[in-house]
Amino acid sequence: MSDDTSGQGDPGRRPSDEADLSARLQRLGDRLGQVRASQPAEPTPDAGAPSDRSGMARGLRLSSELVAGVVVGGAVGYALDYWLGIRPWGIIVFVLLGFAAGIVNLMRSAGILAKPEDRAH
Amino acid sequence: MAVAANPIEQFEIHNYFPVFKIAGHQISFTDSAVFMVLAVVLTAALMLGATSGRRLVPTRMQSVAEILYEFIADMIRSTTGEHGLKFFPLVFSVFMFVLISNLVGLIPYSFSVTSQVIVTASLALLVFFTVIIHGFVHHGLHFLKLFVPSGVPILILPMIAVIELLSFLARPVSHSLRLFANILAGHITLNLVGSFAAMMIAAFGVVGWLGATLPVAFAVALFALELLVALLQAYVFAILTCIYLNDSLHPGH
Repeated sequence: MSDDTSGQGDPGRRPSDEADLSARLQRLGDRLGQVRASQPAEPTPDAGAPSDRSGMARGLRLSSELVAGVVVGGAVGYALDYWLGIRPWGIIVFVLLGFAAGIVNLMRSAGILAKPEDRAH
Repeated sequence: MAVAANPIEQFEIHNYFPVFKIAGHQISFTDSAVFMVLAVVLTAALMLGATSGRRLVPTRMQSVAEILYEFIADMIRSTTGEHGLKFFPLVFSVFMFVLISNLVGLIPYSFSVTSQVIVTASLALLVFFTVIIHGFVHHGLHFLKLFVPSGVPILILPMIAVIELLSFLARPVSHSLRLFANILAGHITLNLVGSFAAMMIAAFGVVGWLGATLPVAFAVALFALELLVALLQAYVFAILTCIYLNDSLHPGH
């Protein structure tokens, strides 16, 4: 759609036509605005699919999701142990929850699990 | 020539000259800073130089700039929708910085900024806090619906909420670690394979020259792979930025 707005005028157009050209661009912009406004709101992106421009990029993305989940769970659990003095329960529970979170992230980026906003309806 | 070079040595930071002090810590201009400045200058030179002419029929440099612009704009449109384009400056800056840093880092004897976890973590945290702040400013407490999926039985809701919260907190970690680890591992591998060749020559002389062709050939192949990784990681970093920003634009309906 950027083709419409980028101007199709001749490269050799004289400066005296500039006002005319800008007026036409203005009209075109207005019309495009009307058309866009009359269209329904754009759909939200579908789950997982938009990110997959190449398979390798996707594969590389998945590699660290799981590790990050476990690491963050462990860190949160350790911090809770330290602050609340509930050693060793915080780290036990939160490493497990972090593992679950890592799996959730992994499945989400793999497109197996729907994103939260798509699950809502 | 130091033959058995330490493969980690290339990531050491050297202070060039002190700049100022913050709370007793000496802040110096380091080689990391030099290459960060270089990345910014190269990006600015590319974009400003390419768009200074602004012809309707683009020159080569102008079409490079236009392709980069279209690439990022399409990426944002396809992941977040049309109104995600207000984040275009952020995504484009992050993408160009990572891309140019990765590419410059591949030049021998240069320094790879993105192999420093502090740099990638800063970029990831910038995105993370942008998501949080934008989410709360534009959606208020509705933003918290991100952690409370609808249609979940009330019994397991607390656990789900904690898991969602942890998975949200894990994002900047995986976001930064991925880029950092890929670049770091690639550079260590290249360095190791390269030093094999140097070691063979030092140890066996003429025979070593023959033997060294193998690791050199391998290093050339690895370099091509690293070039791919450099481009791919910049792309992955940018698209994840878009995906995370999407959450702050549409935090549940």
